[in-house]
Amino acid sequence: MNIEQLEKIKRETFKNVGNRETNSTLTGMNFDRQIMICGSTGCASNNSQIIRQRFIELVAQKHLDRIHVGQTGCFGLCAAGPVVVVYPDGTFYSHVKPEDVDEIVESHLIHNVEVKRLLYVDADGKIKPFNEIESYCRQLRHALRNCGVIDPEDINEYIARDGYFALYKALTEMSRDDVIDTVTKSGLRGRGGAGFLTGKKWKFTKDAEGDKKYVCCNADEGDPGAFMDRSVLEGDPHCVIEAMAIAAYAVGADRGYVYVRAEYPIAVQRLNIALNQARTYGLLGDRIFGTDFCFDLEIRLGAGAFVCGEETALMTSIEGHRGEPRPRPPFPAEKGLFGKPTLLNNVETYANVAQIILHGAESYNTIGTERSKGTKVFALGGKINNTGLVEVPMGTTLKEIIYDIGGGIPNGKKFKAAQTGGPSGGCIPASYQDIPIDYESLASIGSMMGSGGLIVLDEDNCMVDIAKFYLQFTVDESCGKCTPCRIGTRRLYEMLCKVTEGKASLEDLDKMEQLCYYIKDNSLCGLGQSAPNPVLSTLKYFREEYITHIVEKRCPAGVCKALLRYEIDPSKCKGCTLCARNCPANAISGTVREPHKIDTDKCLKCGICATKCKFGAVKKV
Amino acid sequence: MINLKINNIPVCIEDGSTVLEAARSIGIKIPTLCHLKGISELGACRVCVVEVKGMRNLVAACEYPVTEGMEVFTNTERVLNSRKTTIELILSDHRKDCLSCERNTNCELQRLSHKYACDSHRFAGSTRDFVFDDSTDYLIRDNSKCILCRRCIAVCKRQQGVGVIGANERGFSTHVACPFDMKLANTPCVGCGQCINVCPTGALQEKEEITRVREALSNPGKYVVVGYAPSVRAALAESFDLSLGTNCQGKINTALRYLGFDKVFDVNCSADFTIMEEANELVERIKTGGKLPMFTSCCPGWINHIQKNYPELLDNLSSCKSPQQMFGALIKHVFSKIAKIDPRDLFVVTVMPCTAKKGEKNRTFTDGLADVDAVLTTRELSALCKENGILLNELPDSETDRPFGEFSGAGAIFGATGGVMEAALRTAASILDPNARFSPVEFSEVRGLAGVKSASYTIAGQKINVAVVNGLNSVNKICESVKQGESDYQFIEVMTCPGGCVMGGGQPIRATIVRHKAEIAAARAGVLYSADKSMYTRRSHDNASLQKIYSDYIGDACGENAHKLLHTHYCALPKYVKE
Amino acid sequence: MKGSTLPFDGTPEQEKELRQKLAELKTKPGALMPAMQFAQGLYGYLPYEVQCIIAEELNVTLSEVYGVATFYSQFSLYPKGKYQIGICLGTACYVNGSQAVYEKLQQLLGIHSGECTADRLFGLDATRCVGCCGMAPVMTVNNDVYGKIKPDEVEGILAKYRERD
Repeated sequence: MNIEQLEKIKRETFKNVGNRETNSTLTGMNFDRQIMICGSTGCASNNSQIIRQRFIELVAQKHLDRIHVGQTGCFGLCAAGPVVVVYPDGTFYSHVKPEDVDEIVESHLIHNVEVKRLLYVDADGKIKPFNEIESYCRQLRHALRNCGVIDPEDINEYIARDGYFALYKALTEMSRDDVIDTVTKSGLRGRGGAGFLTGKKWKFTKDAEGDKKYVCCNADEGDPGAFMDRSVLEGDPHCVIEAMAIAAYAVGADRGYVYVRAEYPIAVQRLNIALNQARTYGLLGDRIFGTDFCFDLEIRLGAGAFVCGEETALMTSIEGHRGEPRPRPPFPAEKGLFGKPTLLNNVETYANVAQIILHGAESYNTIGTERSKGTKVFALGGKINNTGLVEVPMGTTLKEIIYDIGGGIPNGKKFKAAQTGGPSGGCIPASYQDIPIDYESLASIGSMMGSGGLIVLDEDNCMVDIAKFYLQFTVDESCGKCTPCRIGTRRLYEMLCKVTEGKASLEDLDKMEQLCYYIKDNSLCGLGQSAPNPVLSTLKYFREEYITHIVEKRCPAGVCKALLRYEIDPSKCKGCTLCARNCPANAISGTVREPHKIDTDKCLKCGICATKCKFGAVKKV
Repeated sequence: MINLKINNIPVCIEDGSTVLEAARSIGIKIPTLCHLKGISELGACRVCVVEVKGMRNLVAACEYPVTEGMEVFTNTERVLNSRKTTIELILSDHRKDCLSCERNTNCELQRLSHKYACDSHRFAGSTRDFVFDDSTDYLIRDNSKCILCRRCIAVCKRQQGVGVIGANERGFSTHVACPFDMKLANTPCVGCGQCINVCPTGALQEKEEITRVREALSNPGKYVVVGYAPSVRAALAESFDLSLGTNCQGKINTALRYLGFDKVFDVNCSADFTIMEEANELVERIKTGGKLPMFTSCCPGWINHIQKNYPELLDNLSSCKSPQQMFGALIKHVFSKIAKIDPRDLFVVTVMPCTAKKGEKNRTFTDGLADVDAVLTTRELSALCKENGILLNELPDSETDRPFGEFSGAGAIFGATGGVMEAALRTAASILDPNARFSPVEFSEVRGLAGVKSASYTIAGQKINVAVVNGLNSVNKICESVKQGESDYQFIEVMTCPGGCVMGGGQPIRATIVRHKAEIAAARAGVLYSADKSMYTRRSHDNASLQKIYSDYIGDACGENAHKLLHTHYCALPKYVKE
Repeated sequence: MKGSTLPFDGTPEQEKELRQKLAELKTKPGALMPAMQFAQGLYGYLPYEVQCIIAEELNVTLSEVYGVATFYSQFSLYPKGKYQIGICLGTACYVNGSQAVYEKLQQLLGIHSGECTADRLFGLDATRCVGCCGMAPVMTVNNDVYGKIKPDEVEGILAKYRERD
């Protein structure tokens, strides 16, 4: 591969991809219309592959030669999936079923009439073209620039969007120090959680002495509710490969590993396809672009251990051992994989690199806040209308993300808190919703950026229960090596159980708090050191809730089963017997047309009676 | 050199040192549990945490390297409270029957708990499912006392190259066990007991035989004979607060008599018999073109290892029984005749520095009688003495009984790595060159603590290449080279434990701090070498009692009778047995 | 001993394929996990015999292989049945007699939770609440849900799947 060939591919493929833009007026394109179907995990699990097949069949059958059917990675609006977008109309079809395809082809593609009933309705109740959907146009898609636009299984489409030009530039026009300088000046920080300055990490690895060096990519995304990295790998695998090659050049490595969760089969498949295409084009392998630079990559699969997202554990796992973290120092930059200097970045970090190299540090460091540059991808989940993936500039407020982009809280409930950073993060109360989100601000309020999971909680969520949920996760995922995490988190979890069962005392709260600080201070790795954050942050902002559980033996949100009691309001009960017939514990008694009663001793608190009652007579107290 | 400050005190120490070492160099002891220099370096238990200026969290001193200008604080409130909590958390998942625990008063966890005034019930909660394994003849694993320091795993794998135990499962369920949680007896565990010696608590112990010995001693129908191995005299003193490297042979004799043994003999004596047989076997193999190299067969851990891992090398193994088994056979079939006692009334007890010897006692029978009836470790002898109120350090010295109490300097050095080789060479040299007036006595090339030592000697025109290996990890390398036919040795001594029997798994357990500070192996071996040096008879075949027994009862070394009494054979065993 | 009590039914062809793959992986640094992933793909689980082969070919201890197998949640020591039965022992199901259903299943299949029948047709898992308390007691077979189930109905349900096979 040389630059002429690369440019030729770009020119030719641009005719295929150039008009994937709403209201595109480009001429000389190969296709009049582009049907793009999301092929990411969320949509794929809802038959998007069958939908795509059907489109391909029909388009061929009807000889619609000027229409292209393509698949893409994630558009970000997972809640609306399966998603089909028609360009240049910008028509956004949501919740498409395989049987809808015929209608779309017939009506839209042949007769130019949109299928109204499938159009996406925005939170404000209006039907809009794709680029005007609030949650989409408020974003700044940098890391995700190709996701939802190109076919991730076609390297040419990546090249058409400037793919591998950054690698060419780095190898032919920049010294290794230039590359590191640019990345440093861009202000890019690690998107995996801690936010270490990426350029600095690269420099450390470059400066380390070693006959062999490695670059690794952390794609072991394990936070419950986070799927940013998966989406990048599924939607734009080449951007990670290109960035790793650039990093390898900068630090002096010739071999790389991508460590991917085994739970991401589509990502692995796409990455494999991408690797083979890159090798065929000579963009991986020996003497890339005719330079002396040689580099190749290997995929390693995780096997179900959250702790392997920790950098030393990840390397231990690649080495073929139990994924237990090692003490640092020595840092991976000096002594990492197989004892050699190793650079490890996560997927999203790499996803930003090619653009920075191509367009310079300023293109990036002008976005964001003073110390947190660029954009951040969040996976929105929980009690929010637009569940999905969003990318916003650093410094966007929580309120903007939740209301403007996320479409607010469903069912008119009240926003209570946002959980960021997964099991390592904390709960941010609604009172902080105007805080601009960046690394420092999140840390200052007891949470952390983490990998970008953002779970929205409403008034129906019990904060003690949420803390317990995350603690249980950490307990299950602790590697078991160091004492504070192995035993400490377990004891912390047991104390939380006591609170939710109404068996704790107020002294226990202090003891819990002490134990939290102890675990943070003493654990061997980041997993243990951050494990108490969900507890500490809820203790800090929602202490009243803990106290209510302890003193009043009551769960204000009505979540903690042991503290719940169901009662039948005799004034509302018509004696229809529906509840009694459905009670799995036979805890409800009464005669027909007389008010019924619940025997609290027998009651399992499953809540079926409340859902069955047509008169609202069953209430939680 | 690196300059740093610990508790504001300037310290200058070599680059590459840890904070733990730097603190130790100025007389500050930082507690440790999982750390064992050179063997187990995990930074996992966190009791060694210290504060480093500029660091957000506490760091583990055992692994944290010193850097120029760093400021360390080892005793702040934050540090002390953290250590206390760590120990309390460990105690919450530990069966606390300290008063009746074998390691009571010699337990590293107990000492720390006391030192930090821990409340052992502060974090009471659920515990792991504890596994208890007493499937072997020699060792008990009691996971209810395991604190997951993983030192046993490291010593088994890294030092011994055996690797039959590991960390299974994860998180709170993590536990140390064999693969598939199999019983130890069904694995290639060699029984060396090195894991016991590094265990900070009572999770690992030998299988006790004190009860059986006590029963025999109080049974008027039993004539109870005891013999103790060379290394016992080099270490027992340590259990009685005598200094490292004290030879307490005379006191042991007295103590054993106080305990009521009918005869007190010495396994040094049967070691001389072993040399007679082994040296003759070697010379014969060399002369007749027999299978070479010949491996020694004194060490039961090594025998277990070769049977399960290198069955193709079994023909290279000397057919001699070990000194312990020879001792038993000689007592039951020769001493019985001398003393005119029905061999069935004899009860033979040996005291060994070794746990594998407990398994070995069930290996050989002569004329339907077990050669040895009970094996006590050095630790058990000390416990037996203490139980009987015997103040070893205050006892007068006494001599062993004859004839099986007489030994040469060659028998005495059996317990140190290279000792068997040196003893065998002394006798082999005389056999090969019977006319030489002064055959060599000291072969210093085979002494010392290196994992593999080799030397080449020319005796009576015959060139003999020898190797001495200790620590099974080194043994594996030698075995591979013999297997590939790449070795040109004629004779190879193998001892399972690094340093030899003096460092056996039945020896007194020394606290980590002692292990880090003192050259225990060298000090104990020193006892044996100086005993040898001080003796008039330094070659096994010069032992007068031995000569008389051969001529009166056995005949020629390696002859028919000798084979019946003093030799055995070894067969291949499966590595793992599926349960 | 932990692990499946079923007789190992690996074929010589499978073993040949495994050993070939291991010989190829052996030269690669950090080969253990890929090797185990391959083996699990081949056999469906990682029984004692397979772990022994991996240990032997890659020249690592069985302890290491087992330690890795039990560290990562995706490795399994037990084969799965073609029809994986789940019986809910959550509170609601339990008080409605799921224990009796569970016992009946154990008796009919001759296996306990986590195991699978010798013909590999049925696997059995005692599960926590599956969230169908209104139908307690609940039993699932792959994706089929059976509610308000009584012990004497179990045999008929099993027969249905046997026929299907």
